[in-house]
Amino acid sequence: MAVTTDRHRLRQWRSGKAVVQVFVALAGVAVAFPFLWMVLTALKTLAEASAFPPTLLPSSPQWSNFREAWQRDPLFGQYFLNTGLVASIVTLVVMTTALLAGYAFGSLEFPGKRVLFALYLATMMIPFEVIMIPNFVTVARLGWYDHYAALIAPWSANVFAVFLLTQFFRTLPPDFFEAAQLDGCSHLQFLWRIGRPLAGPALATAGLFAFLGSWNSLLWPLLVTQSREMRTIEFGLSVFLQQEGTEPHLLMAASTIAMLPVLALFLVAQRTFVEGVSAGIKG
Amino acid sequence: MTSTQQVDQVNAGGKAMRMSARRRHSEAALAYLLLAPSAVIIGGFGFYPLLAAVHISLRDWGIVAGPFIGLANYARALQDSPEFWRSLAITLYYVAGTVPITIALAYLFADLLHRRLAAAAFYRSLFFIPYVVSPVAAAAVWSWIFNKDFGLANGVLSWVGIAPFGWLEEPRGVFEVMGEHLGWAIPDWAGGPSLALVCMITVAVWHSLGFAVVVLLAGMAAIPEEVLEAARLDGARGWALLRRVKVPLLSPTLFFLLIVFVIRTFQTFTQIYVLSVDHRGGPLGSTRNVTMYLYAKFWDAHRIGYASAVAVILFLIILALTLLQFRVLGRRVHYG
Repeated sequence: MAVTTDRHRLRQWRSGKAVVQVFVALAGVAVAFPFLWMVLTALKTLAEASAFPPTLLPSSPQWSNFREAWQRDPLFGQYFLNTGLVASIVTLVVMTTALLAGYAFGSLEFPGKRVLFALYLATMMIPFEVIMIPNFVTVARLGWYDHYAALIAPWSANVFAVFLLTQFFRTLPPDFFEAAQLDGCSHLQFLWRIGRPLAGPALATAGLFAFLGSWNSLLWPLLVTQSREMRTIEFGLSVFLQQEGTEPHLLMAASTIAMLPVLALFLVAQRTFVEGVSAGIKG
Repeated sequence: MTSTQQVDQVNAGGKAMRMSARRRHSEAALAYLLLAPSAVIIGGFGFYPLLAAVHISLRDWGIVAGPFIGLANYARALQDSPEFWRSLAITLYYVAGTVPITIALAYLFADLLHRRLAAAAFYRSLFFIPYVVSPVAAAAVWSWIFNKDFGLANGVLSWVGIAPFGWLEEPRGVFEVMGEHLGWAIPDWAGGPSLALVCMITVAVWHSLGFAVVVLLAGMAAIPEEVLEAARLDGARGWALLRRVKVPLLSPTLFFLLIVFVIRTFQTFTQIYVLSVDHRGGPLGSTRNVTMYLYAKFWDAHRIGYASAVAVILFLIILALTLLQFRVLGRRVHYG
């Protein structure tokens, strides 16, 4: 008797698990579907893409759409170059400033540490919309309007990155430095030779999110750039969407192209991304 | 302990103190030096602009800086501008629609993924993708899915024999539109947010779901399995287990998500900018949240002083709501 109920329960548990598995798989399809639809539409002819009711698969994939979309705006390459350059510099500088500040907050003692750290954190509460207008004025006064500096400087330190690195250096035992000190190592030498490599994962997370934030931003580039040559990919794509609204297959092709770099980055570094989010909130 | 040892210790201590006083000075100097680069940036582009925004908002500042006019910009927004109040109502609809649905759905999926499901790590990453890839590209495909004439949404509806909707081009309230389809008369006041705004809420949920799932999974991983097992042995099942055990144990994580999402959804720009038919919060301004409103005032109308006043009001609202959440819910959050 007891054995049969156990078996019954086991079977019930297994079938329950199968239902859950199917349910989650369906949700996964639903989440991924817009991307799939994007690529499928990008491969259709204009007639197919704007047929109603829509068809799922292109009858013969139009790979040339990607080339056509790319050539439609001769400056797409420039947009990518701008975005890549700006995002890379922002990432490098954010990692550097966060490494330095994180070491100061996490491993050193100095008067006013708590107050200063609280002030840093408080800036996370300020909505971007509030500071965007004065920052626009600042950038204009510095003569940076429509220059790379305007896209880089305001983002070259970020509190989330400082916070991550501070958390890391707090967990680093002080013996490490004391041992290095006995070998004649100064704070700066220690930070560069030992602290930096040990902080690798935290730095990678901070860098990835800085890169992502810079690459995906739209409102700020919209405000501080004017000439077409200075546009970032998000800005360029948003203008493309507004101008080529009647050619969905090309819009989707351009969107796919614009999406690929970050998607590739994500696929390569997904662990760092996903675990970085967890690390960021646990701290 | 012998007296010589004590003396030695005292001497050593005194020496260490003298040394550490000198070291403390150099350590502090080094710390300030290391902080300087980030402090200049965060001060210059984070703190200073907050004060500057207040300063600008008190002046009659169009294309060029004008004289001080006290709180006149604020009075104009709060008293003479139905447009501002409408944008605030739209923002509230958007936040109230997006945040609870995102957190509830994310909780459901995180709970399922947490049960050692096959390929859980794969789904975790899959859900996360919308959060990282180009928001403009994502909005582009959604506006095509919701396209009135050729879109997938209407395609699916026509397949099951339902008349098409206007989706992103529909300024009328969602309940009004549904009522019309069902043949019910819905009074004006019960029309609800525009269907276009509801479409945007859908996209917003899709966008941030993965982030919430990842955060909740991290929270769940920190709960010891024994606690749940003990609760189950005590007879807690289903709803009771969820409400009395799981949610309280996860409350710090849920509270974090609530705070972060409310702040973020209040400030949404990119998504509405790209998805709205006129890129200014249309149709008929029915998706013009406060951010879009102040963008239009600043960028199109060049009313810099007024736009700054709106921005400061937005900041104060977000701040007040955050403090309110801490007061009302913060007490009920369990820190294990």
